[in-house]
Amino acid sequence: MSEPRLPESLIQSLGVQLTPVRRLPPPWLRTVSWLLAVGVIALGLLWHYGAEHMIRRWVAEPDIAVAGIGAFITAVSAAWVAFTLGVPGRSAQWMWLPLPGLLLWVGASGLGCLRGVVMPGEQVATVHQSGDCLMFIISISIPLSALLVWLLRRACPLRPVLAAIMIGLASAAASAALLEICHGFAVAVTDLITHAIAVGIVVLANALMGGRLLQPALK
Amino acid sequence: MTSALTATRPMVLDSVLPQWARADFAVSDAADSAIDTPERRRAAWMAAAQAGDRQAYERVLADSVPLIRAAARRQGVDVDLQDDVVQETLLTVHRVRHTYDPGRSYDAWLSAIAARRAIDALRSQGRRGHRELHDERAYDMHPDEHDATAATEREQEAHRLHEAIASLPPGQREAVEQLGLKERSLAEASEHTGRQTGALKVNLHRAMKALRARFHGEP
Repeated sequence: MSEPRLPESLIQSLGVQLTPVRRLPPPWLRTVSWLLAVGVIALGLLWHYGAEHMIRRWVAEPDIAVAGIGAFITAVSAAWVAFTLGVPGRSAQWMWLPLPGLLLWVGASGLGCLRGVVMPGEQVATVHQSGDCLMFIISISIPLSALLVWLLRRACPLRPVLAAIMIGLASAAASAALLEICHGFAVAVTDLITHAIAVGIVVLANALMGGRLLQPALK
Repeated sequence: MTSALTATRPMVLDSVLPQWARADFAVSDAADSAIDTPERRRAAWMAAAQAGDRQAYERVLADSVPLIRAAARRQGVDVDLQDDVVQETLLTVHRVRHTYDPGRSYDAWLSAIAARRAIDALRSQGRRGHRELHDERAYDMHPDEHDATAATEREQEAHRLHEAIASLPPGQREAVEQLGLKERSLAEASEHTGRQTGALKVNLHRAMKALRARFHGEP
């Protein structure tokens, strides 16, 4: 069967304009680049607050360490998925990859809330102090999200909103993991709700704005 | 597949790039026959196109047209609209060709882009159909064509069109003026502007797309 109205002239035109291109780096490499920035922030926080307080808390309350590890796994996997979704033809099912880390993070944090019942004397965050956590997560998430969007500038996410949600999740999870370095309180319900609100705000803001920012390749 | 490929001239940029970023091979005619499946052949052509091999690029684009039509059909695009999908997909492929990873399926990469463009075309058609309903009603109620109001409206429309053309990027504006308004042939326009005919055609296509978006709100 002959091809009707083959756009030969357009193909020739595009052939005339062809120039060599530099391939997009693989998702894992761009994830590592982003994690370097997270590492720099972590080093800055450790330099300022020191590691002693963090390690003492982790030994005393292992669920906090587990929650931090869960947040870090969520951040790494969500960032990788965001980069993977920037390549046409990659399955959207990868969006479920951050789920195990997310469950670990939320589960361990929820377990920490029981501390207030089991150990009533433990110092827990007040609403005001929880507000500081919210500001920390949001303010650290902004540059981390901007960096992810910048690293995706040459990509072609065919599902830009989903990619933007992954960017928000990665940034918020990384910020929550970084918060563990300087978090001065045991996890209480108010604290957990504040963290959840902060993560929700970051993910929603990315979904609303990032979807548009990630579209230039499709215009 | 790599053994079936022959090296072309080394590129200065590639000498400092890691393996994933290199696009330093082209496909010879002899190598074509050694590649056993059409999909692998297309993948090798696209890899060569990333290095700047125009012949391989035109081959892979021509070979892609039936795949794009198949993807459009799967999305339920009418035959009349398939040419638009083919054209938009080829232009998108040109813009995002650096996102193709030769280690992965070319057909999956292309089909994902084509499916997205098919959905865009269907949405655009839906919006147009909705507007045409209003146009029919307007036609029934339309006053005499010699009416002074109608003449004013036509003048206003012409003014808006001139403004829209003036706001286009210089290359696109030039293509519209030369090929559309002055009705010059491609060869005449090329001689007059010093631009290649291919560049003029692509600029005209992009200008028409931008004007459609401005007047009809199409993406």
